Amino acid sequence: MNAILSLKNVCYSYHTADGETEALKDINFSVSPGSFTAVVGASGCGKSTMLSLIAGLIAPSSGEIYFNGVPASQSNMHIGYMLQRDNLFEWRSVYRNVLLGLETQKKCTPEKLELVDHMLGAYGLAPFKNARPSQLSGGMRQRAALIRTLALEPDILLLDEPFSALDYQTRLEVSDDIARILKEQDKTAILVTHDISEAIAMGDQVIILSTRPGRVRDIVNIRLTVPGKERTPFNSRSAPEFSSYFNKIWKELAQ
Amino acid sequence: MSEEQSQFLRRQKCYKTAVTLVRALIFFGFAALWEIAAQLDWINAFIFSSPSRIARTFLDMLNDGSIFNHISITLGETLLSFVLILVFGIGIALMLWLCGPLSDVLEPYFVILNSLPKSALAPMLIVWLGNNAKAIIVTAVSVAIFGTVLNIYTSFTGTDPDKIKLMRTLGARRLQILTKLVLPASINTIISNMKVNIGLCLVGVIIGEFLAAKSGLGYLIIYGSQVFKMDWVAMSIVILCLMSMLLFKLTDIVQRLVMRIF
Ligand SMILES: Nc1ncnc2c1ncn2[C@@H]1O[C@H](COP(=O)(O)OP(=O)(O)OP(=O)(O)O)[C@@H](O)[C@H]1O
Ligand SMILES: [Mg+2]
Repeated sequence: MNAILSLKNVCYSYHTADGETEALKDINFSVSPGSFTAVVGASGCGKSTMLSLIAGLIAPSSGEIYFNGVPASQSNMHIGYMLQRDNLFEWRSVYRNVLLGLETQKKCTPEKLELVDHMLGAYGLAPFKNARPSQLSGGMRQRAALIRTLALEPDILLLDEPFSALDYQTRLEVSDDIARILKEQDKTAILVTHDISEAIAMGDQVIILSTRPGRVRDIVNIRLTVPGKERTPFNSRSAPEFSSYFNKIWKELAQ
Repeated sequence: MSEEQSQFLRRQKCYKTAVTLVRALIFFGFAALWEIAAQLDWINAFIFSSPSRIARTFLDMLNDGSIFNHISITLGETLLSFVLILVFGIGIALMLWLCGPLSDVLEPYFVILNSLPKSALAPMLIVWLGNNAKAIIVTAVSVAIFGTVLNIYTSFTGTDPDKIKLMRTLGARRLQILTKLVLPASINTIISNMKVNIGLCLVGVIIGEFLAAKSGLGYLIIYGSQVFKMDWVAMSIVILCLMSMLLFKLTDIVQRLVMRIF
């Protein structure tokens, strides 16, 4: 088995004074290295909870998560987690925001700083290094947050609706950007989204979750023919298979 | 610069000068009225004093040097209690934030102590600690410390949970979350709290000096009123006004310096 990540019968419940909320139930799936997995599901079905479990912020109530076949507790896999909101700190410049992860992990080596400088240049943020986050546009803020995550060179990248705060035009551009960046660096990624088109356009596989408690309803492998061109999220949308995948996932979500 | 912009700037400047002028007018008008009223015996200058009598008293005390003694004692006690509140206020708030159960246990006590009129504590503190500067400083600290702890602690716990989650995804430990997120996010609250505290410290020191001092502006006020030297009282009040203004300006400068660091 060569999956970089697999979840086996993972369950999770939240406990509060008001009672118990079963968020996830018997989640099983695996992700192969270098692939892009999209997760769709209704609001409140446990998508963010699933990413927090994979990132190790919370532990499963039962079941086990494996990285390269090794249980999560014994693995030292580096996980990057990009939250829904960019959470840039206003009291830091853009540059110092991007360095936040390296600072906390005491990894501000010259090589890492060079990598950060390279990414800032490549993703159009170099002129804004010393700006405050409030001076950036929504798309630039997302890219800054992405660089902050990538600076730690994670093996697996988790993205929790990173585009939901953007307008449609910017959203298409940023998702193309991010897909390109991830492909360049051959990253394994898991993207949570509400947008079925986005899931098909970006994903190699789409995991469909049921309403709460979230279970895996179906896993759809996406095979698109994009004649003569490299597959990007944008030109994926004009592939002939696109609308049939859309209808299939739409129906399964509506069940 | 466009014609409109320079016109705007000129209007702005005009307005500011006018405000300063009116302020000065009020000040000098009040002083003049007071002086005239005293000279013409509309008010009893023995009780109400007057600007010229205040100035004369000040010059007398300047000549024998005693005024320096009184001012420096009050100022020193105020600054010392301010620093103590700063250190202990932030320190205790940090401790409470780092140890959740401790804060759950202690919070009601802080609320009660904060709503207690602190001047009620002063006589007891003086009996315990003696008729000295120590008692005065502890009185001043007791006036502001509980509110400071509550205020700063509340600001710590109000830190955006999503940002804390972010720090955890970046592998930060609790102490790093504190230094890189919680403290900088609360810096504004801390500073505005300190601006209030400098005034409260002065209040605490004066209360302490009323009860337990042989020098200082508070002593001068209470002693002056007992021997009917109202000029001493009025002069001390004027000096206190200037002193609190100065201290407030000082915190303003410190605020600007701190903001530049972050
Ligand atoms: N800290 C918590 N305490 C108690 N219940 C929680 C907590 N966090 C989430 N839940 C509950 O668990 C369920 C799953 O939450 P989760 O945030 O994972 O959903 P989601 O799929 O990410 O939703 P959305 O699409 O709206 O972001 C929700 O019904 C929510 O009410
Ligand atoms: Mg969510």
